[in-house]
Amino acid sequence: MTQTTGPKGLSRRQLLSRATAAGASFVVGTGFMAAKDAAWAMETSALKPETFATLVQMARDIYPHDKVGDEYYVVAVKGYDTPEAAGGIEAGIAALNAAAQGKGHASYLDAAWERDRVDILRGMEDSAFFQQIRGGLVTGLYNQKAVWPIFGYEGSSFEFGGYIDRGFNDINWL
Amino acid sequence: MAAPFDLNDDSVVVIIGTGAGGGVLANELAQKGVSVVALEAGGRHLPEDFINDEWESFGQLAWLDPRTTSGDWRVAKDFSGLPAWIVKSVGGTTQHWAGASLRFQEHEWKAATTYGNVQGASLLDWPIDAAEMDPWYTKAEDKLGVTRTGDRPGLPGNNNYKVFEAGAKALGYKEVHTGRMAINSDENRDRAMCQQTGFCFQGCKWGAKWSAGYVDIPQGEATGNLEVRSQAHVARILHDDTGKVTGVEYFDADGNLQMQKARVVCVAGNSFESPRLLLNSASSMFPDGLANSSGQVGRNYMRHMTGSVYAVFDKPVRFWRGTTMAGIIQDEARHDPSRGFVGGYELETLALGLPFMAAFLDPGAWGREFTSALDEYENMAGMWIVGEDMPQETNRVTLNHDVKDQYGLPVANVHFDDHPNDIAMRNHAYKQGAAVYDAVGATRTFPTPPYPSTHNLGTNRMSENARDGVVNKWGQTHDIANLFISDGSQFTTGAAENPTLTIVALAIRQADHLASELSKGNI
Ligand SMILES: Cc1cc2nc3c(=O)[nH]c(=O)nc-3n(C[C@H](O)[C@H](O)[C@H](O)COP(=O)(O)OP(=O)(O)OC[C@H]3O[C@@H](n4cnc5c(N)ncnc54)[C@H](O)[C@@H]3O)c2cc1C
Ligand code: SF4
Repeated sequence: MTQTTGPKGLSRRQLLSRATAAGASFVVGTGFMAAKDAAWAMETSALKPETFATLVQMARDIYPHDKVGDEYYVVAVKGYDTPEAAGGIEAGIAALNAAAQGKGHASYLDAAWERDRVDILRGMEDSAFFQQIRGGLVTGLYNQKAVWPIFGYEGSSFEFGGYIDRGFNDINWL
Repeated sequence: MAAPFDLNDDSVVVIIGTGAGGGVLANELAQKGVSVVALEAGGRHLPEDFINDEWESFGQLAWLDPRTTSGDWRVAKDFSGLPAWIVKSVGGTTQHWAGASLRFQEHEWKAATTYGNVQGASLLDWPIDAAEMDPWYTKAEDKLGVTRTGDRPGLPGNNNYKVFEAGAKALGYKEVHTGRMAINSDENRDRAMCQQTGFCFQGCKWGAKWSAGYVDIPQGEATGNLEVRSQAHVARILHDDTGKVTGVEYFDADGNLQMQKARVVCVAGNSFESPRLLLNSASSMFPDGLANSSGQVGRNYMRHMTGSVYAVFDKPVRFWRGTTMAGIIQDEARHDPSRGFVGGYELETLALGLPFMAAFLDPGAWGREFTSALDEYENMAGMWIVGEDMPQETNRVTLNHDVKDQYGLPVANVHFDDHPNDIAMRNHAYKQGAAVYDAVGATRTFPTPPYPSTHNLGTNRMSENARDGVVNKWGQTHDIANLFISDGSQFTTGAAENPTLTIVALAIRQADHLASELSKGNI
């Protein structure tokens, strides 16, 4: 996780979290992106491995994009794998599993259909934990530069001379 | 005496804020030989510093000091600490703005007369009119280099515009074009030509778009009559026993409190900070804040009736390419109460990058309904709705004494409730916007709620009578002869049009008046 310091000592994390609706919000560096190997990326330092795996599934269920690989969701929530954040996340995931059990599943991950997991999440969507994870994903997932091409978004264009000669008006189906 | 000026020099005009209002006023006064000290809370950011990245640019330029919100507007729920998207930088919000530059329609100067009694609205006629403003608008259009005014050609339409135009024409709309934009559309001007980079909201790296920050401020400084102190946050306006203002206290870049004397003070901190500063300057002589004998400081906050309509098609649009907002439908801007509301609205093309689209398309939403929309990002088109909202006395900026900024000063609380007229107009616009896209084969449309306010108006409004507002037709406060308001907070009503051309025209006019009064010794 990068923590570039902005003007007046506000870290980027602070500014982004002020800008997004609720909860913590992580700015994600590209450092993890080398980790195409999901097994490596799933290694944890502060969270229990099954907690982290559940968190990654939860992230995908909140913002499901079938064409976006797991590694991007891993990166999006990797920032919670710290000693400071771990307590809250363990508690949140425990509550998620308890909610799953209340609906007849052994655990959240054990609910095999997305609709069942979404049903569990709907039941807790007003909780601070859910809002923390969802709010963080808005930047944690969609502000990863490596994700942009999957959606076709081209990002910075100045260095390529803008789009004046690169298709700003190339639509051909109207 | 040439700039820089001494802190004890009480012959200078002090301007607070260097955006559309303050930045233009500073340059115009300097051109006329008036000595000006402009104090700007933000730093200096030039085109080479701008970043083609939405969140990074936001972190670089946006105003992020704390503010609080209340009221029934959705922004208070979705972005409770961020009621507005405005800039803290030399050049103010003209660094981020899109450049849409429209004149008010004639009747919009006389909203109370034209619309009649609208329950719950505190409508008032401006003490000036279209004829009075016409020459100032022309000067403003020339300064900003507005396309489709003077001899300036329009911009070419980008992909987003082409979809928008085709839909508009299919619906029978007549006034459809690539907008009147403060963006250079040809090679032969003092600014570069637009290269269609598509990051107008992040500061134009080519300098093709007008900004007070890199156009007016350097021009003013070149005269030797303007000193700009950046990272100078004004905390309080001071006055003497006769009730005239004498100077300001500000925190400099190192956080030290300084005092600058002044002959005249002009406040141009945008519509939250300007009333906040007047309120934070309360004294034993003015216990309710400066220039507030009417009780109107902070009231009648307007933000335009806004919203967006995005649409998905079965083929690519790539709407992020090219100018962010160069496209307009003006047919709905008329006043036509048969539609179920007074006033009108404009439809303007708008594109967001993927990061902002994720944050703003439907704040708080999740699940496949939301993500399946983003999956079609490449096939999206978009437009922004901007219409006249009703001024209401209770929509207001007040001091929140429970929350302090980094200087220990109470922050602004922004209270806003939608007026029924705003809601009726928004619903009409959502329908029309969707119809535009449906007419060219949209497979899905999205009535997207308002973002944090980019247009902030009316909290120190202009009025004929002192009891109805804060400033007279020159932007001079009714209560204090050498205290002026020079930004969008002067607006009596908001009209349907994006406000900046009018802010600039008023600033040019105010400079003319102020320079003449100063030379006559009247102030
Ligand atoms: C993304 C975006 C797009 C926009 N597009 C358009 C458009 O296309 N057309 C249009 O007409 N308008 C547009 N706008 C709106 C336009 O930018 C504003 O209406 C305009 O800049 C407001 O001018 P102002 O002088 O009132 O305030 P600003 O331009 O905001 O300037 C105020 C300045 O005062 C400074 N300041 C505040 N308080 C203090 C203090 N206490 N001490 C010192 N300095 C202080 C601030 O840092 C700021 O620099 C857009 C805005 C945004 C955010
Ligand atoms: S599209 Fe044009 S005006 Fe906008 S940022 Fe790019 S060059 Fe500047």
